[in-house]
Order: sequence, then structure tokens, then C-alpha cells
Amino acid sequence: MPIAQLFLFGYAITTEIRNASIAILDNAHNTKSTELTNDIVSSGYFTIEEEVQSYQDIDDAFRQGKIKAAIIIPSTIGSGQIPSARIQILADGTDPNFAAIVVAYISSIASRVATPLSSQPAFINVEHRMWYNLNQRSVNMFVPGVITFIMLLVSAMLTSISITREKEMGNMEVLLVSPLKPVIIVLGKVVPYLILSMVNVTSVLTVALVFFEVPMQGSYILLALASSIFIICSLSLGVLISSIAKTQQVALMMSLMGLMLPTILLSNFIFPVTSMPPLLQWISVIIPAKYFVSIIRGIMLKGAGIGVILNDLLILAGMTLLFIIISVRKFKIRL
Amino acid sequence: MIVFSNVSKHYNDVVGLNTTSFQVETGELFGLIGPDGAGKSTVMRLLATLLLPDTGSITFNGINVVTDYKSVRKSIGYMPGSFALYTDLTVKENLEFFASVFSSSVEENYHLIKDIYDQLAPFRHRRAGALSGGMKQKLALSCALIHSPLALILDEPTTGVDAVSRVEFWNMLRRLKDTGMTILVSTPYLEEASLCDRVGLMNNGTFMRIGTPDEVVKAYNKTLWAIEGGYSHAVLKALRRYEAVHAVYVYRDKVMMSTEANISAEDIMEYLKSKEIEGASVVRATPDFEDCFMDLMQSHTSVKHDRTDKHG
Repeated sequence: MPIAQLFLFGYAITTEIRNASIAILDNAHNTKSTELTNDIVSSGYFTIEEEVQSYQDIDDAFRQGKIKAAIIIPSTIGSGQIPSARIQILADGTDPNFAAIVVAYISSIASRVATPLSSQPAFINVEHRMWYNLNQRSVNMFVPGVITFIMLLVSAMLTSISITREKEMGNMEVLLVSPLKPVIIVLGKVVPYLILSMVNVTSVLTVALVFFEVPMQGSYILLALASSIFIICSLSLGVLISSIAKTQQVALMMSLMGLMLPTILLSNFIFPVTSMPPLLQWISVIIPAKYFVSIIRGIMLKGAGIGVILNDLLILAGMTLLFIIISVRKFKIRL
Repeated sequence: MIVFSNVSKHYNDVVGLNTTSFQVETGELFGLIGPDGAGKSTVMRLLATLLLPDTGSITFNGINVVTDYKSVRKSIGYMPGSFALYTDLTVKENLEFFASVFSSSVEENYHLIKDIYDQLAPFRHRRAGALSGGMKQKLALSCALIHSPLALILDEPTTGVDAVSRVEFWNMLRRLKDTGMTILVSTPYLEEASLCDRVGLMNNGTFMRIGTPDEVVKAYNKTLWAIEGGYSHAVLKALRRYEAVHAVYVYRDKVMMSTEANISAEDIMEYLKSKEIEGASVVRATPDFEDCFMDLMQSHTSVKHDRTDKHG
């Protein structure tokens, strides 16, 4: 376990970027602009995700979360008439750390292109802007992550521990012997945490909006819907853990190692998954929190509508259904 | 009536219950007696539908415990070995909770728990976790009774309970039995055996003997000796090597030994002298239930040893 943790941390916690998705809007279409594009792509840090033709395309790509940054090359570049050209970099500010690194990388590549061999004075200026989170406030990035984390903590961990406690104390034996249906027993354990999680989300959100002035661009109804799905997903994970774990300690360890750690590391909460080795990226696909973080950031910071988050929402709902089915089947009517 | 026929249960490689058959009549107070790990809880959990037998069949009043577990669950009251109440609920809340779980109410079957509840009444607003061991068990019994079950399954209800509360608890069981309830109770305390109608002495997942407490004592076919005086450890050590010995153990402040009937007190004295043990007196003793149990345990274990020797 410690070895696995070391590998996980070693690879997951990295401030480097790798294969970040970007879009380039080339208004010049000449040798200089092509050279710049090639340099950016061949650096290995970026991949061009979208062919964009207009500002509108960039806007759409950002909103759908397809790209992390966009580079706009002006038509004046390399024309020789105007001594300096201004390259614009737009970065997705919902993840300020990542955006800052992207901007720094692109700037250095651009200035290298600008001053080839000779001591010609630089003729490319880079100017950058953050979208959605203009001031790069990290709280805007953390709050959605913290909401996710609290929901998972309350729902999954507390549920799994409270059910295994019943097992440990022998209460489960009596409840099983009673005429109660297993579904009722589980619901009885789950519903209080469902309500508790709802209250938690509401209060955390209120504090975030009022005290930390985190923007809320999208629909509250959509946020409530997505949160409910994620809470149910976490609760069913909790029930699933409790059906496997025999003691509270085991349940606690399983929640911490199996849920908390991957959620912190692999959900884009703090560390961008795209910069991680392929193996971790594959693992991140099965982490429900990853989809929820993306949904909640989309709604709160970008004002994304149902169309944009539908994909993530469906994946999350599918996972929830799967977990419910497995945990119902795993729940034993005997010891 | 509870009928176990050829029932066995294994937990992975560990034997919970060897192929076993026995019956408990309706309205009988049947005691399962044996050391920890003898298989008492396994029998109870099998009957309580919490475990599935590997082989054989179990019926309760003619109802199959495996296939028709739902109707069995309605008609039994089960009290597990560990304290299975909500410690953060009060006495009253616990009772009400378990009554509602069995879709019954405290008032409906108050007559059943009246005796017990009268003793609990002064503490009814106290949290169950803050009750004494004896009180906890009384409350647990009340909760197991609240839906007026036909049979009670009590897994070591008196373990860790003070002597006075134990007596009270058994008095309650006798009274419940008088109402016609079938009671299956397990205990590690041998002296409680005499309070049962019939007992099953268990060890290593089998019944060594089943019968009334008197029958168990009568079936004792050895001669029992009490050896007093001398350094009991040395006496014990010496007697263990005595070839005519059947079982030897310390009980209270005496060394007890059972032998075949043809051994006399003089034989034993002589043997002790030959081992340089002086000042020990050897007296014939009347076997009681404990002695019978110890004797059975001894022969049971030695038979097992013999078997392993042969295999080895």
C-alpha cells in the first residue's frame, strides 16, 4: 500500500503539463504563424483539440470544456510591416494553477520563435487573458472541489461506517431477523445522510457565494439535480463498501483509500488529470467525482447549460445505477 | 417444535457444527452448554435464519428455516450474543423501535414484558448505553419479546452479568416458559444447566450428550475422587501420569479425578506416595453436573487425540 501511494503521489502530483488541449486561431496563415503553431505542438505540452475559425468557435470549445487554452495569432504576424505583433492567449481560469502554467509555457515558446538566431529585437508580444475566472482566484477552483469532497465524505464514508457499526454491534443480526425488508434497512440508514448531504451542500454553497464571492453563472436547478445524482452515487458507494467490509476500521480504510484518495488526486480537483501518465488517466475514468467536478465547475464558473454537461451527467447517472444494482445484489439477508 | 436433522455447518475450513440432529419440544427450556467455540452460536444462528446449513434440514413448527425464512423470522425472538441495542437511544425508545420494526406496539404485548419492564421502568429515560450489564440484558430480552414470539433464541444472555441479575434473568425465563414459549438458551456457566428442562452439552461442533440435567449426572459411569492437601500443582502433575486416570482437573480448592470403578482410594494414595507426595487425602466424591461435563470434555478431547494419532 505505501508503495502504491508513493507511485500515485509521485505521478499524480505534478505541476507540469502534458498534452493540454488547446485551440489555435490562426488569422495570418503565413510561414511565421505556421512555424509558431508547429513549435507549440512539437513541444509535447500541447495538443490541438479543435480547428477553430472564429472567436465564437473558441468560446464554444471553452464552454464545452474541450480546451484549456486558446491562442490567437494576429494577421499582422510575420508581415514585416508592423514591427510587433500581439499574440493573444486565452486560458480557462476555472483551474488557475493550470492556466498560469499554460500561459507561461506558450509565452516562452512564442518568444523563442520571435527571436530566431539573430539578435533581432522581439517582435511578438504575448498578452494573456483568463476566461471565467479573470483574477485567477483559486477559491473559485477549490470550492466546487470542496463541495464534491464534502458530499463524498458525508455520504459514502459515514454511510459505510454507520452500516458496518450495526454489523459490529450485532444490531444487524436483530434487524435481519426482523420482518423488515433489506431495502428498508438500507434506506433507513441512507436517508438521514441524504438529507444531511443536501443541507451540507446548501450551506457550503451559501458560504462560498456570500463570503468567498464565488460566481454562480449557471442554473441552480441544474446544480441541485447534478448534486442529487452525485449524492445518491456516493451513498450507493457507501452501501457497497459496507456490504463488503466487516468492521468499521475496514470500512474507514476502504472509504479513505478507495474513495477519498482517488477523488483528491484524480478528479481534477487540484491536479490536472491530463498531465498524468496514461495509466492514471484511465483510472480517472471510473472516478465519479471527476465527472461531478467537471459538471459543478461548468455550471458555477462557466454557466454551462444542460446540453454541455449532459454527457458527464449521463455517465454519473449510469455509474450511480450500477452501484445501486451491485450493492442491492451484494446486500445479504443472512450473516 | 425445533428439529435439526443431520445439520452441518463449516466456516471455510473451521467446523462450526458437525453433522448433528436434535429436537426441542414446544414449551421446553433447552440449554446449550459448552465452552467458547463449541458451536452454540452456530446452532442459534442457523435456527434464526442468519446462517445457511451446509447439509441437513432445520424446521421450526414444521416450517423449513431455509426456504421459508420469512415466516420463521416473524415467529422467533432472537437475542444475539453481543449487546444488540441502540446505546444512544433510551430504554423506552429502544423498546418502541424494536416494536415498530416487528410492526407491533409496546402496549400490545405489554403483559409479556411487564415483569421485566417493571424493573426497568425507573430508568426508562436513561440511555441504553448507560445501563448496568444486568439491566442491558433485561432490556434486550424485552426487545426480543416485544412481538410476542413463539420461540426465544437467547445467545449467552447471562455472560458478563452479575450473579444476582443472573438469578433474576433465569426466573424470568422460567416464567416465560410457563406461558408455553419455547426457549433455546446458551450459556458457558455450568451451574445454570440445572435450571433448564433439558440440556445439550456441546464441544467442537457436536453434542456430547443431550438429556435432562439429572440424566446427564446419572449417565456418569466413573468413580470420582477428591484429593485434598498437598501442593495441588504437584498432585495434578503426578495424577496426570497415573495410568488409571480418566480425567483430572482442579475444581474450587480440590483436585478432582475420575477413574474406572475398580480403583480404590488406597491405590491412589500408594501412587501419590511413590511420586513423593505426602499429606494428601483421597476421598470418594459425588459427581455433580460440573464433574460430568468435565469428564465428557476430557473423553471427547482424548478421543480426538487418539484419532489424530492414528492418522499421524
